[in-house]
Amino acid sequence: MPRLDLIVPLALAAAACQPPPASGTSASAASVERGKRAIERVGCAACHTIQGIDWPRGRTAPQLAGVDRRGLIAGRLPARPDVLAAFVRDAPSLVPETAMPAMPLSETEAMDVAAFLLAGGD
Amino acid sequence: MLEGWPPPILDPAGPYAWPVTVLSWVLLAMAAAVLLVVFAALWLALFGGERARQRVGGTRIVWLGGIVFPLVVLTALLVYGLTLTASLSERIRGDEMRVRITGEMWWWRVAYLDGDGQPVIHDANELHIPVGEPVVLELESADVIHSFWVPRLSGKLDMIPGRRNLMRIQADEPGQFGGQCAEYCGGPHALMGFVVIAHEREAFERLMAARRAREAGPPPAGDPRGAELFASAGCAACHRIAGTDANGLAGPDLTHIGSRKTLGAGILPNNRGTLMGWIGNSQAIKPNNRMPPYTMLSAAELRAITAYLEEQR
Repeated sequence: MPRLDLIVPLALAAAACQPPPASGTSASAASVERGKRAIERVGCAACHTIQGIDWPRGRTAPQLAGVDRRGLIAGRLPARPDVLAAFVRDAPSLVPETAMPAMPLSETEAMDVAAFLLAGGD
Repeated sequence: MLEGWPPPILDPAGPYAWPVTVLSWVLLAMAAAVLLVVFAALWLALFGGERARQRVGGTRIVWLGGIVFPLVVLTALLVYGLTLTASLSERIRGDEMRVRITGEMWWWRVAYLDGDGQPVIHDANELHIPVGEPVVLELESADVIHSFWVPRLSGKLDMIPGRRNLMRIQADEPGQFGGQCAEYCGGPHALMGFVVIAHEREAFERLMAARRAREAGPPPAGDPRGAELFASAGCAACHRIAGTDANGLAGPDLTHIGSRKTLGAGILPNNRGTLMGWIGNSQAIKPNNRMPPYTMLSAAELRAITAYLEEQR
Protein backbone atom coordinates (compact mmCIF):
# COMPACT_ATOMS: atom_id res chain seq x y z
CA MET A 1 0.00 0.00 0.00
CA PRO A 2 1.73 3.19 -1.13
CA ARG A 3 1.88 5.86 1.52
CA LEU A 4 -0.25 8.67 0.21
CA ASP A 5 0.60 10.93 3.13
CA LEU A 6 4.18 10.87 1.90
CA ILE A 7 3.66 10.76 -1.84
CA VAL A 8 1.15 13.57 -2.17
CA PRO A 9 3.21 16.32 -0.52
CA LEU A 10 6.32 15.15 -2.33
CA ALA A 11 4.56 15.17 -5.68
CA LEU A 12 3.21 18.63 -4.92
CA ALA A 13 6.64 19.82 -3.94
CA ALA A 14 8.11 18.40 -7.12
CA ALA A 15 5.42 19.99 -9.24
CA ALA A 16 6.09 23.34 -7.62
CA CYS A 17 9.76 23.08 -8.38
CA GLN A 18 10.00 22.98 -12.12
CA PRO A 19 13.37 23.98 -13.52
CA PRO A 20 13.69 27.67 -14.37
CA PRO A 21 12.48 28.70 -17.84
CA ALA A 22 15.24 28.38 -20.42
CA SER A 23 15.06 31.95 -21.66
CA GLY A 24 14.71 35.22 -19.80
CA THR A 25 16.40 34.08 -16.58
CA SER A 26 19.49 32.52 -18.20
CA ALA A 27 22.73 33.72 -16.64
CA SER A 28 25.29 35.73 -18.55
CA ALA A 29 28.06 33.95 -20.40
CA ALA A 30 30.59 35.77 -18.21
CA SER A 31 28.98 34.38 -15.08
CA VAL A 32 29.02 30.86 -16.53
CA GLU A 33 32.71 31.24 -17.37
CA ARG A 34 33.53 32.58 -13.89
CA GLY A 35 31.58 29.65 -12.46
CA LYS A 36 33.77 27.21 -14.35
CA ARG A 37 36.92 28.81 -12.99
CA ALA A 38 35.53 28.74 -9.45
CA ILE A 39 34.69 25.04 -9.82
CA GLU A 40 38.28 24.37 -10.90
CA ARG A 41 39.73 26.52 -8.12
CA VAL A 42 37.92 24.74 -5.27
CA GLY A 43 37.95 21.29 -6.87
CA CYS A 44 34.22 20.34 -6.99
CA ALA A 45 35.15 17.70 -9.56
CA ALA A 46 37.17 15.76 -6.96
CA CYS A 47 33.80 14.24 -5.98
CA HIS A 48 31.48 15.04 -8.90
CA THR A 49 31.88 14.22 -12.57
CA ILE A 50 30.66 17.51 -14.01
CA GLN A 51 29.50 18.15 -17.55
CA GLY A 52 31.98 20.60 -19.09
CA ILE A 53 34.87 19.83 -16.68
CA ASP A 54 37.43 17.49 -18.25
CA TRP A 55 39.41 16.61 -15.14
CA PRO A 56 39.04 15.23 -12.55
CA ARG A 57 35.95 13.07 -12.87
CA GLY A 58 35.19 12.24 -9.26
CA ARG A 59 32.90 9.36 -8.38
CA THR A 60 32.33 9.92 -4.65
CA ALA A 61 29.24 12.09 -5.21
CA PRO A 62 26.46 12.29 -7.84
CA GLN A 63 27.27 13.10 -11.43
CA LEU A 64 26.35 16.65 -12.39
CA ALA A 65 25.07 16.49 -15.93
CA GLY A 66 21.74 17.87 -17.07
CA VAL A 67 21.36 19.78 -13.82
CA ASP A 68 19.18 22.27 -15.71
CA ARG A 69 16.65 19.51 -16.39
CA ARG A 70 16.54 18.21 -12.82
CA GLY A 71 13.53 18.92 -10.67
CA LEU A 72 15.23 18.83 -7.29
CA ILE A 73 18.58 19.50 -5.66
CA ALA A 74 19.71 16.70 -3.31
CA GLY A 75 16.29 15.13 -3.93
CA ARG A 76 14.40 17.73 -1.97
CA LEU A 77 15.19 21.37 -2.75
CA PRO A 78 13.76 23.32 -5.69
CA ALA A 79 16.31 23.62 -8.50
CA ARG A 80 16.27 27.40 -8.58
CA PRO A 81 19.55 29.26 -9.23
CA ASP A 82 19.48 30.98 -5.83
CA VAL A 83 18.83 27.72 -3.97
CA LEU A 84 21.52 25.92 -5.94
CA ALA A 85 23.98 28.75 -5.17
CA ALA A 86 23.20 28.50 -1.45
CA PHE A 87 23.54 24.71 -1.63
CA VAL A 88 26.95 24.59 -3.35
CA ARG A 89 28.29 27.10 -0.82
CA ASP A 90 26.93 25.52 2.36
CA ALA A 91 25.09 22.28 1.70
CA PRO A 92 24.84 21.08 5.34
CA SER A 93 22.85 24.20 6.33
CA LEU A 94 20.13 23.21 3.85
CA VAL A 95 20.36 19.41 4.04
CA PRO A 96 22.00 18.54 7.39
CA GLU A 97 22.59 14.85 6.65
CA THR A 98 24.29 15.41 3.29
CA ALA A 99 27.85 14.18 2.85
CA MET A 100 28.67 17.35 0.94
CA PRO A 101 30.61 19.84 3.07
CA ALA A 102 30.50 23.64 2.91
CA MET A 103 32.85 24.80 0.18
CA PRO A 104 35.19 27.83 0.20
CA LEU A 105 33.13 29.93 -2.26
CA SER A 106 32.00 33.54 -1.91
CA GLU A 107 28.31 34.34 -2.46
CA THR A 108 28.94 35.70 -5.95
CA GLU A 109 31.18 32.74 -6.83
CA ALA A 110 28.40 30.41 -5.67
CA MET A 111 25.95 32.21 -7.99
CA ASP A 112 28.44 31.76 -10.84
CA VAL A 113 28.85 28.07 -10.02
CA ALA A 114 25.05 27.65 -10.06
CA ALA A 115 24.94 29.47 -13.41
CA PHE A 116 27.56 27.10 -14.83
CA LEU A 117 25.77 23.99 -13.59
CA LEU A 118 22.38 25.18 -14.87
CA ALA A 119 23.88 26.10 -18.24
CA GLY A 120 24.61 22.41 -18.73
CA GLY A 121 28.36 22.82 -18.80
CA ASP A 122 28.62 25.08 -21.84
CA MET B 1 42.89 22.66 -13.35
CA LEU B 2 44.34 23.88 -10.07
CA GLU B 3 45.49 27.50 -10.32
CA GLY B 4 49.25 27.78 -10.75
CA TRP B 5 49.60 24.21 -11.97
CA PRO B 6 51.00 23.18 -14.34
CA PRO B 7 53.53 25.93 -13.54
CA PRO B 8 54.65 28.64 -15.98
CA ILE B 9 58.05 27.72 -17.40
CA LEU B 10 59.51 31.03 -18.60
CA ASP B 11 58.88 33.21 -15.57
CA PRO B 12 61.97 32.91 -13.30
CA ALA B 13 61.70 33.94 -9.64
CA GLY B 14 65.21 33.21 -8.38
CA PRO B 15 68.93 33.21 -9.26
CA TYR B 16 68.97 29.53 -10.25
CA ALA B 17 66.08 29.90 -12.67
CA TRP B 18 66.81 33.04 -14.64
CA PRO B 19 69.98 31.77 -16.42
CA VAL B 20 67.93 28.83 -17.68
CA THR B 21 65.21 31.17 -18.95
CA VAL B 22 67.70 33.54 -20.62
CA LEU B 23 69.46 30.59 -22.26
CA SER B 24 66.12 29.25 -23.52
CA TRP B 25 65.33 32.56 -25.21
CA VAL B 26 68.84 32.89 -26.69
CA LEU B 27 68.63 29.35 -28.09
CA LEU B 28 65.22 30.11 -29.57
CA ALA B 29 66.48 33.36 -31.16
CA MET B 30 69.56 31.58 -32.53
CA ALA B 31 67.49 28.75 -33.95
CA ALA B 32 65.11 31.25 -35.55
CA ALA B 33 68.04 33.14 -37.15
CA VAL B 34 69.56 29.93 -38.55
CA LEU B 35 66.16 28.88 -39.89
CA LEU B 36 65.87 32.24 -41.68
CA VAL B 37 69.33 31.87 -43.26
CA VAL B 38 68.51 28.34 -44.44
CA PHE B 39 65.21 29.43 -45.94
CA ALA B 40 66.89 32.39 -47.64
CA ALA B 41 69.46 30.04 -49.19
CA LEU B 42 66.71 27.66 -50.27
CA TRP B 43 64.76 30.52 -51.85
CA LEU B 44 67.88 31.65 -53.74
CA ALA B 45 68.56 28.11 -54.94
CA LEU B 46 65.02 27.71 -56.24
CA PHE B 47 64.08 31.13 -57.54
CA GLY B 48 67.31 33.20 -57.57
CA GLY B 49 69.12 34.49 -60.66
CA GLU B 50 71.86 32.47 -62.39
CA ARG B 51 74.66 34.10 -60.35
CA ALA B 52 72.95 33.64 -57.01
CA ARG B 53 72.19 30.01 -57.76
CA GLN B 54 75.78 29.36 -58.66
CA ARG B 55 76.89 30.96 -55.43
CA VAL B 56 74.72 28.72 -53.21
CA GLY B 57 75.59 25.66 -55.30
CA GLY B 58 79.40 25.62 -55.00
CA THR B 59 81.69 23.76 -52.59
CA ARG B 60 82.65 27.10 -51.03
CA ILE B 61 79.18 27.52 -49.54
CA VAL B 62 79.34 24.00 -48.13
CA TRP B 63 82.64 24.77 -46.38
CA LEU B 64 81.51 28.16 -45.15
CA GLY B 65 77.84 27.55 -44.40
CA GLY B 66 78.05 23.88 -43.54
CA ILE B 67 81.21 23.71 -41.44
CA VAL B 68 82.71 27.09 -40.51
CA PHE B 69 79.40 28.82 -39.69
CA PRO B 70 78.02 26.08 -37.39
CA LEU B 71 81.42 25.63 -35.75
CA VAL B 72 81.67 29.33 -34.90
CA VAL B 73 78.03 29.69 -33.84
CA LEU B 74 77.89 26.52 -31.76
CA THR B 75 81.25 27.20 -30.07
CA ALA B 76 80.14 30.72 -29.20
CA LEU B 77 76.85 29.37 -27.90
CA LEU B 78 78.60 26.72 -25.79
CA VAL B 79 80.95 29.26 -24.21
CA TYR B 80 78.08 31.68 -23.63
CA GLY B 81 75.82 28.97 -22.20
CA LEU B 82 78.45 27.60 -19.84
CA THR B 83 79.36 31.09 -18.62
CA LEU B 84 75.73 32.04 -18.13
CA THR B 85 74.87 28.92 -16.14
CA ALA B 86 78.18 28.67 -14.23
CA SER B 87 76.42 29.71 -11.02
CA LEU B 88 74.19 26.63 -11.21
CA SER B 89 77.13 24.28 -10.70
CA GLU B 90 79.04 26.35 -8.14
CA ARG B 91 80.33 24.50 -5.11
CA ILE B 92 77.75 24.01 -2.40
CA ARG B 93 78.95 25.78 0.76
CA GLY B 94 77.54 23.16 3.11
CA ASP B 95 75.87 25.47 5.61
CA GLU B 96 72.69 25.91 3.56
CA MET B 97 69.38 24.54 4.73
CA ARG B 98 69.04 20.97 3.44
CA VAL B 99 65.99 18.97 2.47
CA ARG B 100 65.88 15.45 1.13
CA ILE B 101 63.26 14.92 -1.55
CA THR B 102 62.62 11.37 -2.70
CA GLY B 103 60.68 10.71 -5.88
CA GLU B 104 58.09 7.95 -5.45
CA MET B 105 55.48 6.64 -7.87
CA TRP B 106 53.73 9.24 -8.03
CA TRP B 107 54.44 11.67 -5.24
CA TRP B 108 57.36 13.24 -3.37
CA ARG B 109 58.65 12.31 0.08
CA VAL B 110 60.06 15.37 1.85
CA ALA B 111 62.41 15.33 4.87
CA TYR B 112 63.92 18.47 6.38
CA LEU B 113 67.42 17.62 7.61
CA ASP B 114 69.36 18.91 10.61
CA GLY B 115 73.05 19.82 10.58
CA ASP B 116 74.02 16.14 10.77
CA GLY B 117 71.85 15.18 7.82
CA GLN B 118 69.23 13.52 10.03
CA PRO B 119 65.55 14.05 9.12
CA VAL B 120 63.74 16.17 11.71
CA ILE B 121 60.49 17.10 9.95
CA HIS B 122 58.58 14.80 7.60
CA ASP B 123 56.19 16.00 4.95
CA ALA B 124 55.16 15.24 1.39
CA ASN B 125 54.50 17.01 -1.91
CA GLU B 126 55.23 20.42 -0.43
CA LEU B 127 58.37 22.33 0.52
CA HIS B 128 58.62 25.45 2.69
CA ILE B 129 61.68 27.65 2.21
CA PRO B 130 62.85 31.07 3.42
CA VAL B 131 62.94 33.88 0.85
CA GLY B 132 66.29 35.01 -0.57
CA GLU B 133 68.41 32.09 0.63
CA PRO B 134 69.71 29.12 -1.30
CA VAL B 135 68.27 25.78 -0.17
CA VAL B 136 70.07 22.56 -1.05
CA LEU B 137 67.93 19.64 -2.12
CA GLU B 138 69.16 16.04 -1.90
CA LEU B 139 67.28 14.42 -4.74
CA GLU B 140 66.77 10.66 -4.55
CA SER B 141 64.42 8.07 -5.96
CA ALA B 142 62.70 5.14 -4.30
CA ASP B 143 61.74 3.34 -7.49
CA VAL B 144 62.16 4.62 -11.05
CA ILE B 145 63.76 7.73 -12.51
CA HIS B 146 61.88 10.94 -11.74
CA SER B 147 62.95 14.49 -12.42
CA PHE B 148 62.54 17.34 -9.98
CA TRP B 149 61.44 20.56 -11.65
CA VAL B 150 60.11 23.76 -10.17
CA PRO B 151 60.51 25.92 -13.28
CA ARG B 152 60.30 29.30 -11.54
CA LEU B 153 63.08 28.35 -9.09
CA SER B 154 65.54 26.12 -10.97
CA GLY B 155 66.26 23.87 -13.89
CA LYS B 156 65.44 20.16 -13.91
CA LEU B 157 67.49 17.48 -12.18
CA ASP B 158 66.88 13.75 -12.45
CA MET B 159 66.20 11.62 -9.38
CA ILE B 160 68.01 8.37 -10.05
CA PRO B 161 67.64 5.16 -8.01
CA GLY B 162 70.79 4.55 -5.94
CA ARG B 163 72.13 8.07 -6.40
CA ARG B 164 71.89 11.35 -4.52
CA ASN B 165 71.86 14.41 -6.77
CA LEU B 166 72.30 17.83 -5.22
CA MET B 167 70.49 20.89 -6.46
CA ARG B 168 70.03 24.42 -5.21
CA ILE B 169 66.84 26.42 -5.38
CA GLN B 170 66.09 29.93 -4.22
CA ALA B 171 63.04 32.18 -4.33
CA ASP B 172 63.56 35.94 -4.33
CA GLU B 173 59.97 36.75 -3.41
CA PRO B 174 57.45 35.13 -1.08
CA GLY B 175 54.84 33.05 -2.85
CA GLN B 176 53.78 29.69 -4.11
CA PHE B 177 55.71 27.98 -6.91
CA GLY B 178 54.38 24.93 -8.72
CA GLY B 179 56.50 21.95 -9.73
CA GLN B 180 56.09 18.91 -11.89
CA CYS B 181 57.85 15.58 -12.38
CA ALA B 182 59.73 16.04 -15.63
CA GLU B 183 60.74 12.45 -16.40
CA TYR B 184 58.08 9.97 -17.44
CA CYS B 185 57.71 7.59 -14.51
CA GLY B 186 54.71 5.53 -15.54
CA GLY B 187 50.93 5.74 -15.00
CA PRO B 188 49.85 9.06 -13.55
CA HIS B 189 53.24 10.74 -14.10
CA ALA B 190 51.48 13.79 -15.56
CA LEU B 191 49.61 14.17 -12.24
CA MET B 192 52.79 14.20 -10.12
CA GLY B 193 52.94 17.84 -9.10
CA PHE B 194 54.72 19.65 -6.29
CA VAL B 195 54.52 23.00 -4.56
CA VAL B 196 57.23 25.20 -3.02
CA ILE B 197 56.10 27.91 -0.61
CA ALA B 198 58.55 30.73 0.10
CA HIS B 199 58.08 32.66 3.36
CA GLU B 200 59.75 35.71 4.86
CA ARG B 201 62.50 34.56 7.26
CA GLU B 202 60.50 35.21 10.44
CA ALA B 203 57.37 33.41 9.30
CA PHE B 204 59.53 30.55 8.07
CA GLU B 205 61.27 30.19 11.45
CA ARG B 206 57.90 30.17 13.22
CA LEU B 207 56.57 27.45 10.92
CA MET B 208 59.65 25.26 11.33
CA ALA B 209 59.64 25.66 15.12
CA ALA B 210 55.96 24.67 15.25
CA ARG B 211 56.59 21.64 13.06
CA ARG B 212 59.61 20.49 15.04
CA ALA B 213 57.57 20.76 18.22
CA ARG B 214 54.72 18.83 16.62
CA GLU B 215 57.03 16.01 15.44
CA ALA B 216 58.47 15.64 18.95
CA GLY B 217 55.26 16.21 20.90
CA PRO B 218 51.82 14.63 21.19
CA PRO B 219 49.36 14.75 18.27
CA PRO B 220 46.37 17.13 18.32
CA ALA B 221 43.28 15.44 19.78
CA GLY B 222 41.27 15.54 16.57
CA ASP B 223 37.93 13.82 16.02
CA PRO B 224 38.07 10.63 18.20
CA ARG B 225 35.71 8.72 15.88
CA GLY B 226 37.88 9.81 12.95
CA ALA B 227 41.05 8.65 14.72
CA GLU B 228 39.46 5.27 15.37
CA LEU B 229 38.33 4.94 11.76
CA PHE B 230 41.75 6.03 10.50
CA ALA B 231 43.16 2.99 12.29
CA SER B 232 40.37 0.51 11.56
CA ALA B 233 39.97 1.36 7.86
CA GLY B 234 43.65 0.57 7.41
CA CYS B 235 44.89 4.10 6.57
CA ALA B 236 47.70 3.75 9.11
CA ALA B 237 49.23 0.83 7.23
CA CYS B 238 50.49 3.25 4.58
CA HIS B 239 50.41 6.66 6.26
CA ARG B 240 52.30 8.07 9.22
CA ILE B 241 51.02 10.62 11.71
CA ALA B 242 53.77 11.53 14.17
CA GLY B 243 53.06 10.60 17.77
CA THR B 244 50.31 8.11 16.91
CA ASP B 245 50.26 4.39 16.09
CA ALA B 246 50.01 5.33 12.42
CA ASN B 247 53.49 4.69 11.14
CA GLY B 248 53.06 3.41 7.59
CA LEU B 249 55.76 4.57 5.22
CA ALA B 250 54.37 3.45 1.86
CA GLY B 251 52.33 6.60 1.32
CA PRO B 252 52.71 10.31 2.05
CA ASP B 253 53.27 11.39 5.68
CA LEU B 254 50.04 12.93 7.01
CA THR B 255 51.41 14.63 10.14
CA HIS B 256 50.82 18.06 8.55
CA ILE B 257 48.09 17.17 6.03
CA GLY B 258 45.66 19.74 7.47
CA SER B 259 47.90 22.65 6.51
CA ARG B 260 48.98 21.31 3.15
CA LYS B 261 48.03 23.47 0.18
CA THR B 262 47.30 20.62 -2.19
CA LEU B 263 46.16 17.02 -2.37
CA GLY B 264 47.17 14.15 -4.63
CA ALA B 265 50.72 15.57 -5.08
CA GLY B 266 50.19 19.18 -6.04
CA ILE B 267 47.19 18.66 -8.27
CA LEU B 268 44.07 19.50 -6.24
CA PRO B 269 43.33 22.30 -3.77
CA ASN B 270 43.14 20.97 -0.21
CA ASN B 271 39.74 21.60 1.38
CA ARG B 272 37.17 19.45 3.17
CA GLY B 273 35.37 18.59 -0.05
CA THR B 274 38.41 17.57 -2.07
CA LEU B 275 39.81 15.62 0.89
CA MET B 276 36.57 13.63 1.13
CA GLY B 277 36.63 13.05 -2.61
CA TRP B 278 40.25 11.94 -2.53
CA ILE B 279 39.71 9.47 0.33
CA GLY B 280 36.42 8.26 -1.15
CA ASN B 281 37.80 7.51 -4.58
CA SER B 282 41.22 8.85 -5.48
CA GLN B 283 41.28 6.51 -8.46
CA ALA B 284 38.72 8.69 -10.22
CA ILE B 285 41.02 11.70 -9.70
CA LYS B 286 44.47 10.18 -10.27
CA PRO B 287 43.95 6.86 -12.05
CA ASN B 288 46.33 4.03 -11.04
CA ASN B 289 47.81 5.86 -8.06
CA ARG B 290 48.58 3.40 -5.25
CA MET B 291 45.79 4.38 -2.87
CA PRO B 292 42.71 2.19 -3.23
CA PRO B 293 39.21 3.69 -3.34
CA TYR B 294 37.39 3.67 0.01
CA THR B 295 33.86 3.38 -1.33
CA MET B 296 32.91 1.21 1.66
CA LEU B 297 32.97 4.21 3.99
CA SER B 298 29.64 5.84 4.79
CA ALA B 299 29.15 9.59 4.52
CA ALA B 300 29.40 9.93 8.29
CA GLU B 301 32.61 7.87 8.39
CA LEU B 302 34.14 9.86 5.55
CA ARG B 303 33.23 13.07 7.38
CA ALA B 304 34.82 11.83 10.61
CA ILE B 305 38.10 10.79 8.97
CA THR B 306 38.26 14.09 7.10
CA ALA B 307 37.61 16.05 10.30
CA TYR B 308 40.40 14.10 12.03
CA LEU B 309 42.85 14.76 9.20
CA GLU B 310 42.00 18.47 9.05
CA GLU B 311 43.24 18.72 12.65
CA GLN B 312 46.65 17.31 11.70
CA ARG B 313 48.51 20.54 11.06
